[in-house]
Order: sequence, then C-alpha cells, then structure tokens
Amino acid sequence: MIAEAGLAALWLAAAMALLQLAMAAIALSSRATEPPQIVRDLLAAVRPVAVAQGLLALGAFAALVALFARTDLSVLLVAENSHSAKPMLYKVAATWGNHEGSMLLWVTVLAVAGGAIALFERLLATRTHVATLAAQAAIAAGFYAFLLFASNPFARLSPTPLDGLGLNPLLQDPGLAFHPPTLYLGYVGLSVAFSFAVGALVTRDVGRDFARAMRPWVLGAWIFLTIGITAGSYWAYYELGWGGWWFWDPVENASLMPWLAATALLHSVTVLATRDGLRAWTIMLSVVAFSMSMVGTFLVRSGILTSVHAFAVDPTRGSFILALLILYIGGALALFAFRVGTVRQGALFEPVSREGGLVLNNLLLSVILGIVLIGTLYPLLAEAFGVQLSVGPPFFNRAAGPIALLLVAGMAVGPLLRWRRDRGRAVARRIAMPAAVTLIVFIALLFTDAGLMPLLGLSLAAGLAVASILPLVGRSPWRTPMPIWGMVVAHLGIAVSLAGMASDSAFTAERLVAARPGEINRVGPFAIRFEGIKPVVGDNWSAIQGRLIVTRDGGQPFLLRPEQRFFANPPTETSEAALATFWDGQLYAVLGRDDHGGRRQLRLWWKPFVTLIWAGGGLIALGGFVSLIGRVRRRRAR
Amino acid sequence: MRLLLPFALLLAGPASAQSNVPPPALADTQLPDPAQERSAKALMETLRCLVCQSQSIADSDADMAADMRALVRQRIAAGERPDQVRDWLIQRYGDYVSYDPPFSPASILLWATPLLLLGIGIVLARRSLKRRRR
Amino acid sequence: MKRRLFWVPLAAFVAVAGLFAWMLSQEPDRQVRSRLIGQPLPAFTLAPAVPTKPGLTTAAFRTGQPRLLNVFGSWCVPCAAEAPQLAKLARAGAKIDAIAIRDTPDKVAAFLSDYGDPYAAIGDDRNSSVQLALGSSGVPETFVIDGQGRIAHQHIGAIRDEDVPILLARLKAAR
Repeated sequence: MIAEAGLAALWLAAAMALLQLAMAAIALSSRATEPPQIVRDLLAAVRPVAVAQGLLALGAFAALVALFARTDLSVLLVAENSHSAKPMLYKVAATWGNHEGSMLLWVTVLAVAGGAIALFERLLATRTHVATLAAQAAIAAGFYAFLLFASNPFARLSPTPLDGLGLNPLLQDPGLAFHPPTLYLGYVGLSVAFSFAVGALVTRDVGRDFARAMRPWVLGAWIFLTIGITAGSYWAYYELGWGGWWFWDPVENASLMPWLAATALLHSVTVLATRDGLRAWTIMLSVVAFSMSMVGTFLVRSGILTSVHAFAVDPTRGSFILALLILYIGGALALFAFRVGTVRQGALFEPVSREGGLVLNNLLLSVILGIVLIGTLYPLLAEAFGVQLSVGPPFFNRAAGPIALLLVAGMAVGPLLRWRRDRGRAVARRIAMPAAVTLIVFIALLFTDAGLMPLLGLSLAAGLAVASILPLVGRSPWRTPMPIWGMVVAHLGIAVSLAGMASDSAFTAERLVAARPGEINRVGPFAIRFEGIKPVVGDNWSAIQGRLIVTRDGGQPFLLRPEQRFFANPPTETSEAALATFWDGQLYAVLGRDDHGGRRQLRLWWKPFVTLIWAGGGLIALGGFVSLIGRVRRRRAR
Repeated sequence: MRLLLPFALLLAGPASAQSNVPPPALADTQLPDPAQERSAKALMETLRCLVCQSQSIADSDADMAADMRALVRQRIAAGERPDQVRDWLIQRYGDYVSYDPPFSPASILLWATPLLLLGIGIVLARRSLKRRRR
Repeated sequence: MKRRLFWVPLAAFVAVAGLFAWMLSQEPDRQVRSRLIGQPLPAFTLAPAVPTKPGLTTAAFRTGQPRLLNVFGSWCVPCAAEAPQLAKLARAGAKIDAIAIRDTPDKVAAFLSDYGDPYAAIGDDRNSSVQLALGSSGVPETFVIDGQGRIAHQHIGAIRDEDVPILLARLKAAR
C-alpha cells in the first residue's frame, strides 16, 4: 500500500508541476498593462500549486523512506539495495544509496525548494516571481518524467525474495548516511538560482532587487555544497585508507565544479546587489552553476566517464538525463543569448575598488572552474579521437594550483578595498601587515624541507588569516553587520583549510612496514608497538583487528585498532583506518595484509595539522550561515 | 550518493579477486634511501592503476597496483630516474598509464587550457574596464 | 560584437552536449591494450610454476613455430571459465604456454587438475613483473607470438567459443 501511495503522490506531484507551468505560461503571455481579472487570479494561484507540488513530492519521498525502514522486500528497489540484518540508520540511508532513490531525493529537493520560493520570497516583482516558479516547475516536470518512465522507485517485485541484496558496506558509515542528502541540497539548491535567472530573463527584470532576492538562496545552496564536499573529503580520507583527502576523481570534480561556480556567483551577486554591475555575467553564472550540477549528474549516472570495470549503467538513463540537460541548459543559454542584450547595461566601475577586486575573484574562480571542467572532460574528448589518455592530480595541481594561490592573495586584498574607488597608496598601507606576515612565514619556512607550493600555501595562508580579520578592526563587534562577520569567518576558513592542505603535503611522515608482533616502529613523534591481531565481530561484519600500542614522546600509551572488515551482504572487504587526533595533527594507522611469513603490513602516517583542512571547511560553511542569518534578518526588518 | 558509488564499486572489485600470494615486499615497504623513496612515491602518485576505476597506484588496494609499486621502487632503487620508469610503462601501456599527460599533439590543447582561459578572461575583464573608464 | 559574444556560451554548450551524445551512442572500447604488438617479446626467464612442467623463457618462442602465451591465475574466475576453450585450441594443434600470476605451485596444480592442462610450459610470475613487461593489464589475457618471437596479437579477457577460430586464424597468420 505504501508503495502505491508513494507512486500516486509522485504522479500527482508531476501533474502539479505541469499545471504550475501551464498556469504561469498563460498568465505571463498576457502583456497588458492592466491585466484582466483571470490573469491576476492565475498569477496568484501559481504559488499554492507550487506548495502543493512540494508537499506531494515530500510525501512520495517519505513513502520510500518508510518502505526502506520496514525493509519491504516486495519492492524491487528495497530488495536490491537493502537487507533486513542492518542497523536502522543504514536502512534509512539505503533510500538514497541507489539510482532511483537518489533521483527521487533530487526531485523532492527541487519541488520543496520551489514551494519555499512560493512561500517565502517577497522581494521579487509578481511577474518575475511567477516566471521563476514556472522555470522551477519546468525542471521538476522533466525529472518527474525521468522517474516515472525510466526509474520508478516504487516498482514491485514478485515473488518476494527471502532477503535483500544489501547495501555496499563502504556506504555503511554514519558520516556517509547524511552526506548525499547534504550534497543534494546544494546541487539542487542551485536550481533556484537558475530559475531566478530564467525568470529574470523572461521578464527582463535584472537589477539590485533581483540580486538581493537571489542572494540568500544561493548562499543556502552554497553552504550545503561546502558541507557536503568537506564531509565527502573527510570520508574519502578515513575510509579509503591511504591518507589522501582529494583525488581529482571525476566524481569529486563533479561536486567541486558547482561549488566553484556558486562561489563566483555569491561574489558577483554582491556586486549586482551593491553597485548594480555585472548584470549579464551574474545571470550567466546562475545558469552555469546549475549546469554544473546537471553535467555532474549526467557524467556520473550515464557511466561515460567510468571504465568497463564499473557496474552496468543503463544507457537509457544516460540518454534521458542528456535530453533534460540539453532541454534546460541549452534552453536557458539560448534565452540568455536572445534576451541578455536587451537587459539594461549595468553600472560602470573603477579597476581599483572593491568591485574591481570582485571581478578579479570571478575571473580567477572561472578560470579554475574551466580548468577542472576541461581536465575532467578531456579524456572523453581524446577518446572521441581514438586516443587513450589520463588526466589526474599532476595536471590539476599544476594548472589550478598557481591560480588558486593567486586567488588567495586577491582574497586577502579584496575585502580591504573600498567600494567605488580606492587609492593605491592607501591600499598598500592597509595590506602592509598581512604582506609582512606572509613574507616572515615564507622566510622562516625556507629552512624546512617543504616544497615550493606548500611553502607558498603556508605563507599565503598566514597572510590571509591576518588580512581576513582586518575588516573587523575599528568596528564594534556588536554593531558589525552579520554579513561582514560571515565574510570574515569564511575567508578565515579558507586560510585555515589551505594551511592544513599545505602542512599535510609538506610535513607528513610516512612509515610502511611489515611488522612482527612485538615489533616497535617509529613515525613522527610516535613509537608504535604492534601487539598482534585478534578477530572481532560487528553488527553485520566480522573483522581482523590489529592492536597497536602507541606512545608519543614517551608519554601515556594508548591503543589504536585498525581493522580489515569482511561484510557478507554483499561480500566485500574494507579496511578501517584507526585515527588518533591531536591538537597538532592526526596519527593514521592502517592494517594491511598478512605476508605469509608471520608479519603484517602496517601503513602509518603522522599528518601535522591535517585536520585544519576540514575545520577550515566547517568555518567556511559557518561563515556562510552567519551571513545567511544576517541577510534574512535584514530582509525581515524591512 | 553520486560522490560515493563509483569509489565504493572500485574498492569492492579487488577484494573479490584476491590472489594467492601476498604483495611483493617493496609494494608496501619504503626504500632505505629517503631521497629515492621520495621520488618513487612522487612517481607512484602520477601512475594510474590499470585495473581500478580512477586511482593512482599510490592509493589503491588492487594487487596489480601493489605489483606496480614494487616495480617502481625496484627500478628507482636500481638507479633509474623517475622519467625512465614512466617511459618504460608508457611504452607498454600508452599514455593512459600516466596521470600526468605527456606533451603530445593530443595533449597540447589540454596543457594550453589554463593559459588560454586566463588570457580570454583577462581580455574580457580589461576590455570591460577600459570601456567603463571612458 | 557584444551581442555575438552572448552566443558563445550556447555554442560551447552545444559542443559539449554533442560530445556527450556521441559518447553515449558509442560502445567505447576502454580496454588498455599492450603497445608492444608487432615488437619482440621482452626478454624474461621464469622458474616453473609447477614441479611437473618446465618454466618459461623468451628463447622458447624463437623456434619458428607460432605459439599462444596465456596469462592466468588459479585465483581468477574467468580463467577457469576459459579453460574449455583453451583445451579446444590445444586439440586444434595450438601450442600453448602460460604465465601464472601471483600464484603458488599447489594452487596451480589443483587448478590444472580441476580445469584441465593445455599448457606445454608454465612460468611462475609471482610479482607480475613479466606481465607488466608485456603490457598486459589483467587476467586472463592471451598473446599470439609468431615464430620469430614477436607479439602478433593480444586477446583481452576470457576466450569465448567464438574467439577460438579467430585465435586459430591469428596463429596461422603468424607463421
């Protein structure tokens, strides 16, 4: 029954989306300055329909969660992706741990975001508001069709199997259970920016109010993206067992690209809101940001980027997503090309000014985005010409690294510039202290064996940390606007994160050994005694657990227990790293294989200040959150 | 779940086809000479595991990646330069094996990308600034 | 000029979408092939993988007769699956040698008694060094080596029934 109810809700939501689109289209096609009553009624009715659509989609998603929670094996999706012997958390998380469920989550976020625009957005002119809701409904309609015709999550299975196939063990991790929904809120949240841009193009209403209206939504999506990427990186770090935290894998890039575009958008929308400049560019970025979400989805779902060793990917799914991609992104870009010329030219501004700095920010972020996009797609392009090649970390680091450092330098200076116009000498005086700090750290670290890039990273991080706090100097902390606080915290977060990255690559100590029980090995300031192994049993796995007694500089000993885990459903082996966190870094231990000679492979790393990477990510998201609260409160106050 | 599934699947692969012998010692043991170990490690991070989806041999659990790590350490320890080892592998597997695409007519566009993009961006920004100054 | 600039994003998108559509329509061949086809077999000497059979050296392939070189492991499921086809090839007169990857003598012996033994010689490639030297990227793979010891052909993956005549033709051509 639940499955049928869910499916019905999904069909109804799809119908609501079509209704919403049709009503808005009819209402907007009337160009009369004094529209007849029926048009005004239609305009007013679009909002409740959008809310209903959001609620119905939420209902369908809740039904699927309930089916997974009960492990209803008569539903094909549950039987294929879940198992009765599994902790409740992972039963629920299995809902989005598969193609159909995650697409349902995707469209649910889309519909709920549409409902939220209908309910809470008050700044936009009515016609632009309705056009925005129409765009949101158009995107949703396509994804409903995708679900209903090509990926029905509620399909039944007959006869009902005795038990399910289980969820991939690597996904059975508490941090991971909530990683996908977070990322999805970010990806799909960018659809709001997209719909705003399309709505504004339809009504030719691009200006400061439009920017102010859009900003909190972009900020919200960006916060979720930031959290999602940070959490995903930490997951890869401790789950993959090799101490790496970013691999430039196409799937990671698929999450980074929307973030880069959204970051650029956040800054350009500020220029638009404050100085009424960068109009066409901001519209363009809004379209690009959501395009990156969709391109990422397409690349991952269609399987064109993964190798033959991957799971079988349904080609019709790929075609379906590609069709949606062409329809929406192609459509929006065509609309852009036709209409943006008729949008009034924005305000003009000086090169040495806050807005000049923000142009530089957008330039560099866009170049990085372009590098990541082309690096990710290049192997495909080469393949089209019959050439096999790989593009990986060496390319991305070398191509994007220097530009990222330039961006960091610009980030230190930018917020210290005045709006409209600034004087070079005054700027030089303001940045004297951060520049001095950068130089001092650079010289001090010259005597370590850090490479050039980590060295530049660390010194620029120090300079940025100082510079990011300067906007607060001379202000009363209580009367400083929240958005300023947000900017300070987010920029500080970048400095912290960069310091962590640079420190990890410059100072990590590694020890790889095959150890006999009783043997003591050293890594960094630690002495690590391998006691031996013992078998342990968990909820739905068994494991071989290594026991390591660790002492730091002769201090109090403690126990680390890295594991090799074996899952039965489906049969998989994973390695669970053991981490010991200190204020100044992390000790990372992995248990490897038996060498058939009485010894065990151990991989040990001491990673000074590596945790700053994710702490910085958290600060960046916190900064966004503070800023968001400030923006929403300011709007309420109006 | 898109961030994770491909990772998950590529990791699940090697476990199901575990071979009969442990990886060679040099696969996961450092070279005694720290300088050699550093250059071996740096090289490994740029070589692609041939049986994984998209991982370097430096962070893959696959047996073949372990054998390739051992090969890299062995050759570096024998005095070969990292470039020679990479070339030896490229001779056998083509450019696919290197995450650092070697300069070639096929990769020239890729390596030109950053400068090209930066150039276009600067031209666009500067042209608009000039116009604005007027 | 300015107006024309606004069409650039659409043009770029159309190009990318075209690439995507083309990739979707293709059944891309993502196998990593050895670049040594047409070149002499790299020099190697491998100890016997089982006590009852000789090991393998490059010299064994310079006898003027084309041979098959099968890369396998007793731990690999597709290798067991291709055993009947290898037997068929042997019955048709193909001379087959093998390299056992990451294997132990007892396991190889058990594999041979379970699935049949079409091999003249089996070399023990415990750390895949010869496999890597050949440019082979997995198991099973089968190389056709001509009478002068040059690599004439590489078959990737298990040999299926329909591959048997193809391999026999390749062998004939490599004479």
